[in-house]
Amino acid sequence: MPKTRGWSRLTRTITVLIVISLAGLVTSGCGSGSDDRIKIGLITKTETNPIFIEMKDTALIAAEEAGAQLLTATGEFDGDNEGQVSAMENMIAAGVKAILITPSDTKAIVPSVKRAQKLGIAVISLDTPTEPADATDGLYGTDNFRAGEVVGEYAKAKLDGKPAKIATMDLAPGVTVGQLRHDGFLKGFGIKEGDEQLVCEEYTQGDQTKATTAMENCLQAHPDINLVYTINEPAGLGAHTALKAAGRTDKTTLVAIDGGCPGVEATAQGKFDTTAMQFPVKMAELGMDAALEYARTGDRPSGYTDTGVELITDDPVEGLDSKDTDWGAKQCWGG
Amino acid sequence: MTTTSTTAPPAAPVLTEQTWTRRFLGGSTTGPLCALLIAIAFFSTMADNFLSLNTAALVLQQVTVIGTLALGQTLIILSAGIDLSVGAVMAFGSIVMTKLAVDSGLPPVLAILAGIAVCGLFGLANGMLVTKIKLPPFIVTLGMLNVAYALTHIYSNEATITGVPATLTALGETFPVGDARVSYGSLLMLVLFAAFAVVLANTAWGRRLYATGNNFEGTRLTGVPVRRHLQSVYLVAGLVFGVAALLMVARTGVGDPKVGQTENLESITAVVLGGTSLFGGRGAVLGTLLGVLIVGVVRSGLQMMGVLPIYQILVTGILVILAVTFDQLYRRRNR
Repeated sequence: MPKTRGWSRLTRTITVLIVISLAGLVTSGCGSGSDDRIKIGLITKTETNPIFIEMKDTALIAAEEAGAQLLTATGEFDGDNEGQVSAMENMIAAGVKAILITPSDTKAIVPSVKRAQKLGIAVISLDTPTEPADATDGLYGTDNFRAGEVVGEYAKAKLDGKPAKIATMDLAPGVTVGQLRHDGFLKGFGIKEGDEQLVCEEYTQGDQTKATTAMENCLQAHPDINLVYTINEPAGLGAHTALKAAGRTDKTTLVAIDGGCPGVEATAQGKFDTTAMQFPVKMAELGMDAALEYARTGDRPSGYTDTGVELITDDPVEGLDSKDTDWGAKQCWGG
Repeated sequence: MTTTSTTAPPAAPVLTEQTWTRRFLGGSTTGPLCALLIAIAFFSTMADNFLSLNTAALVLQQVTVIGTLALGQTLIILSAGIDLSVGAVMAFGSIVMTKLAVDSGLPPVLAILAGIAVCGLFGLANGMLVTKIKLPPFIVTLGMLNVAYALTHIYSNEATITGVPATLTALGETFPVGDARVSYGSLLMLVLFAAFAVVLANTAWGRRLYATGNNFEGTRLTGVPVRRHLQSVYLVAGLVFGVAALLMVARTGVGDPKVGQTENLESITAVVLGGTSLFGGRGAVLGTLLGVLIVGVVRSGLQMMGVLPIYQILVTGILVILAVTFDQLYRRRNR
């Protein structure tokens, strides 16, 4: 064995030990010590979705105002249950009093929720309910069925009795939010699954590119589609791209859901006829209030608090409350 | 020395020169060990409650699945290959075992064995394509990633499988150690690492793995049946991924078709952080264990400090680049 190898290993080890002790000195010099502030955890589905970014920013501000510390975590992708479970474990170890969570897998997260509650931690869901919904200490979120229903009602009024050929750009099989919005839309439009006016139903994963492809396929099979429902705004923008390429935008009513700033802007530009706005800021504010209240007094929140839906359009229809896109631009999120 | 005096380059196996301890520790584990100690020292001063038996048990529990995957990945990388399909194969294995146990009513033990066997079959298929048709492992496993991913979603019908029998989740149970709770799964992972460390250091199979990875042609010329050996490496790794599938079911309590999406690259990250060369033939499984623990400690530590999640990814990325840099400098110096 070459001699230099042993020598270099020794020097490296020594160097590293020096670095460790320095790191220790520096950090203890900071005097971080123990932190007596109330700790609250926030776990969202992904790092990148604007709705969750808005929630996180809102919660950070609320925590700062209350003199509390907010620990945040997300899954690595939408549907990452294991990542959310790990995050909950770490937050429990860090000593949080309450956890706000947007569950990625509504069923699989429940055992972890139970475990946290057993340790005296309040777990509150934001945006998405668990299954069963009463597994958490309260839910602050959009009524997704209602969100679908209002855009359905709008579409019904807009078509004004004309025969419809409908395409739905849905989320993904077996995902509750997507199913609720889809069913709400049908109810609002006044039809049932299997109705002959429903000519094309596609899954888009809520993704812009996939929605373009899906819409292209629908138009290929049914060039006379005149009403498009989209699960969210990225899917709406994707569908619009396909409609525009086919020269169908003037003859088609397109309705979306979310209320993100790009979606409100698309509505102002006439790409969407309407979008149903949900309110993540409100979800996070109410959720943080409840969490802080529990941490201070031990009063557990419970039940479902609807954070509301608002129809945004510059082309209002009679008998349906709506706000224009100027109002929408002030209230929108992710801008 | 077992090398022949033919045209084989002199980089051929020199394992007989190494001392037992050196082979056992792999020589390249000092760096990762120091990095782990630095990380622990850092987070102990920065986050409350970090330095505790409880946190140690938690980190161990959280890295159980990825650790087991990384163990199999190490075997393949030591053979100068790479496996991009580990996460997808594990996901398929976990769906097979849960679906067989829940829907087909197969006795749980048989369902587990079937799931592990399916993963073994994937390993066998990868190995055959690499050795018989001589395709590059990168391409073979990239293809297999898609095959396993698709089969997972077809077979599961995109639905999470709940109501899994207790036998499949038994490894997720914990036992007390002091005031901490250690899961049987983490124990199994440690046992597997120890077993493979011994096998690689003390058996002909292990020695041939290093030799093949170091110099395929040279090893072949010494009379070792390298293709058959490589085939067995892929099979063994596949079976290890099957065990990871069981551990994943035990951890989440469900059969979840969405798991495994980030594990392919995470397992490679752990191997690299553990000081195993991506060019094969140099490294050790215990290094991989340290690599996995580094990622786990950093992730838990940052979460317990309340650092925003995106920084965990940033830090992990920097660590990987540092690890490879040190590895390169070290090798250049000792050449």
